[in-house]
Amino acid sequence: MPFYLEIIISVSLLTGGVFLLVGSYGLVRLPDIYMRLHSPTKASTLGITGVLIASMFFQSHLKGFLSIQELLITLFLFITAPVAANMIAKTALHHSNKPAEKTQNQALMDTIRDRESPPSNSIK
Amino acid sequence: MLNITIIAVAICICIALILNLWRLLKGPTISDRILALDTMYINAIALILLYGIHARSSLYFEAAVLIAMLGFVSTAALCKYLLRGDIIE
Amino acid sequence: MMLLPMPFHSLLLFIVWLLLNNSVSPGHIVLASFFAITIPWLVTGMRDDHPKILRPWLAIRYVLMVMKDIITANVEVALLIIGPAKKLKPGFVAIPLDVTTDLGITILASTVSLTPGTVSAEVSKDKAWLFVHALHLENEAELIESVKQRYERPIKEIFGC
Repeated sequence: MPFYLEIIISVSLLTGGVFLLVGSYGLVRLPDIYMRLHSPTKASTLGITGVLIASMFFQSHLKGFLSIQELLITLFLFITAPVAANMIAKTALHHSNKPAEKTQNQALMDTIRDRESPPSNSIK
Repeated sequence: MLNITIIAVAICICIALILNLWRLLKGPTISDRILALDTMYINAIALILLYGIHARSSLYFEAAVLIAMLGFVSTAALCKYLLRGDIIE
Repeated sequence: MMLLPMPFHSLLLFIVWLLLNNSVSPGHIVLASFFAITIPWLVTGMRDDHPKILRPWLAIRYVLMVMKDIITANVEVALLIIGPAKKLKPGFVAIPLDVTTDLGITILASTVSLTPGTVSAEVSKDKAWLFVHALHLENEAELIESVKQRYERPIKEIFGC
């Protein structure tokens, strides 16, 4: 395998691995469910993209032709990750999970759960 | 060099999986557990693709596609069940 | 039009089938064409009306812009996650929506979830408000303005609604 290809694969693998680790670290570290939602939807999605790009280059080298089927998983994850996050947020709101105390606009939570329009005095 | 990178990244992903497992076991709410599962399947895809690179095989791609699809469907089904008490309305 | 009731979906099916098999051999091309023609023909009666993409070039530019934003926003969020958790100021925000169609709202909500430090949580019943949770909320008005200017305006132009 040519050296430059090895460098590209290594760099994207490492970026992916670090982002996946950061995403999971945030899952453990952040104080409430609404904040925890942010780390897997963003950091992990980018992390998996890194690993998939590495896999793409590697498989292309292995087979001798451009293999872009890994992009399919990336595309799929980019479409589904926000949907999954949205559903988990809905579940958390439905169960009235307590947000961290410093969360701003906590009064909005009840209107969000009932899917009403926010009361007009809260809009700037 | 690639072999060393693969081991390093595998360690990263395994630590990430252990952190997910900790969140899965600890909770405290059911939404946290679903989120932990959701993150776990993303990490599992990464681990399987990494093993595919290590084993110099393209067979593992299919497994990754299946995990990606089933993982999303299971997250959606769990959330739907908790929201409505029913998966298909 | 009778042969291909959903041309975009047919093209998508064709490409996805070839990608899944990772080959462009004649056999797979025939099979992919068969699926691309048959499946839309079978399901065309079940679908709802969607707005057409009026400005395809703007749509491509929008996708590229979102990709760039995803990368920068991810690095930002990663730094926020590693950084001191005490400094984070999370908050809920209600964003008034100008986009009226379901598809437009879905795309906007997905982009908002993927890009800056926000996750879309819910849409109000009358589809006039999008509720988001921000990881680090400093200026509410600024966040609303940036979402509306940067993401909602192009979506409105693309679908012409």
